[in-house]
Amino acid sequence: MSVLNDTIDWLADAASLSGDDSISNRVLEHLGYTVETVAIASVIAIPLGLWIGHTGRFKLIAVGATGAMRALPTLGLLTLIGLYLGIGLTAPLVALVVLAIPPLLAGAYAGIEAVDPQTVDAARSMGFTEWQILTRVEVPLGLAIIVGGIRSAVLQVVATATVAAYVGLGGLGRYLIDGQAVSDYPQMAGGSFLVVVLALILDAVFAGLQALATRNHRPSRHPLTV
Amino acid sequence: MFTRKMTSAVAVAALALATLAACGDSDPTDSGSSDSGSITVGSAAFPEAEILAEIYAQGLEAEGIKVDRKLNTGPREVYIKALESGEIDLVPEYSGNLLSYYDPKTTATSADEIEDALDDALPDSLEALDASAAEDKDSLNVTKKFSDDNGVTSIADLKKVDGLKLGANPEFKTRSYGIPGLEKVYGITGIKFTPISDGGGPLTLKALLDGDVDVADIYSTTPSIAANNLVTLEDPENLIAAQNVLPLIRDDKASDKVEDILDKISAALTTEDLMALNAENQGEKKAKPADLAKKWLTEKGLI
Repeated sequence: MSVLNDTIDWLADAASLSGDDSISNRVLEHLGYTVETVAIASVIAIPLGLWIGHTGRFKLIAVGATGAMRALPTLGLLTLIGLYLGIGLTAPLVALVVLAIPPLLAGAYAGIEAVDPQTVDAARSMGFTEWQILTRVEVPLGLAIIVGGIRSAVLQVVATATVAAYVGLGGLGRYLIDGQAVSDYPQMAGGSFLVVVLALILDAVFAGLQALATRNHRPSRHPLTV
Repeated sequence: MFTRKMTSAVAVAALALATLAACGDSDPTDSGSSDSGSITVGSAAFPEAEILAEIYAQGLEAEGIKVDRKLNTGPREVYIKALESGEIDLVPEYSGNLLSYYDPKTTATSADEIEDALDDALPDSLEALDASAAEDKDSLNVTKKFSDDNGVTSIADLKKVDGLKLGANPEFKTRSYGIPGLEKVYGITGIKFTPISDGGGPLTLKALLDGDVDVADIYSTTPSIAANNLVTLEDPENLIAAQNVLPLIRDDKASDKVEDILDKISAALTTEDLMALNAENQGEKKAKPADLAKKWLTEKGLI
């Protein structure tokens, strides 16, 4: 059990560190990468997913393409992009955005697709425009699944953002990579433990948001005034 | 169907056994005591070590010694264990790193100091044969432009540069030849350190050429140093330990004949040879370690 004890010792020591290597700094960096990645990926994937879900167009291509993207190894992609863009934030952000897009896109179109077509037809027959159908019927009804997509993306990104340390950045990956470089296994185990804790906390937060979205899945309360 | 299931079950069981055996400190089946005539050659898991191991293997084979190959054995922690337990008998090693594996607190840095210290540090079962002049060690490099602009040709000159940015593997931050050594031995402080985990590979090179770092730690036999006209900084205080290539062999396998063959190989091997071999392995040609080894041995008249 000495590894366990050593890891606990390391966590206790690291808690008292200050500066770049402090746990609070590394956690903030890690959260920063995660938030930036999911924000960028959301701007790309969610509108696209909503459009695909609403129109039903290009669904097969979207499913195929995102399936292929899931298979890209993030570390390999990071190295490849890093060779073109150099070290810095851009390469890991791009690699992580590629990782985050598939669950976001899938959540967005699946959320819209799951809405009962009869409900959509009813809205259409009442004179809703396509935009109104999307924003007032489909998105509110599909919100729980869309948030589920974000939840899944956040979980994957927070667990994988450790790769940023590979190209000289910070985040919790520093503990893993610096620890491995000098065979400091307690540091690696401690860093992994922190990643797990952070991932569980974020997942719990999004589980709460998802429950909230499920409860409020009534369409807009403001009837259309035609 | 039944036989196929049987086969896969046996395969799984064999794999599990092999994994267990590989994990243990000592090998319960004692597979190491293979017949004394043959030598099992292992190597670290990177191309240069593999080429060197092939050179040893083919050199021995040419003199009629039976050789088994277990190349790409893993990192030092793994192949040294395999050597101690007798799973492998011979690996190419680097003197400085080998010494600091057995004696982490060593202060020896010059080639001679290290060779002397190695004799005491190694366990009785292992023997370091004569080291070659060929060396592959950490080296600090700057671009030609940076060298000219700042008048930097030696590590000592880096003291003149304010806000020095340095890129290297993460261990450079804590190892004695790294940041602590630069501070203590050369009095260089306030270094902005960027850890890049590719062992002085393409990402490190790119960071140096882009100016993201001023100085990059790149292994001294890497072809990219010459290819990009990098200036390797002198190390007048011997901060970076010597890393001469030497054969590390199990004592019970080091017969006079074997030693004689390996000594001849070490005597012929130079740092320039390593650079040329690496360049052919990593460059356009992507030549295989076995082919490179054969070519080198033939050129040197050893086979």
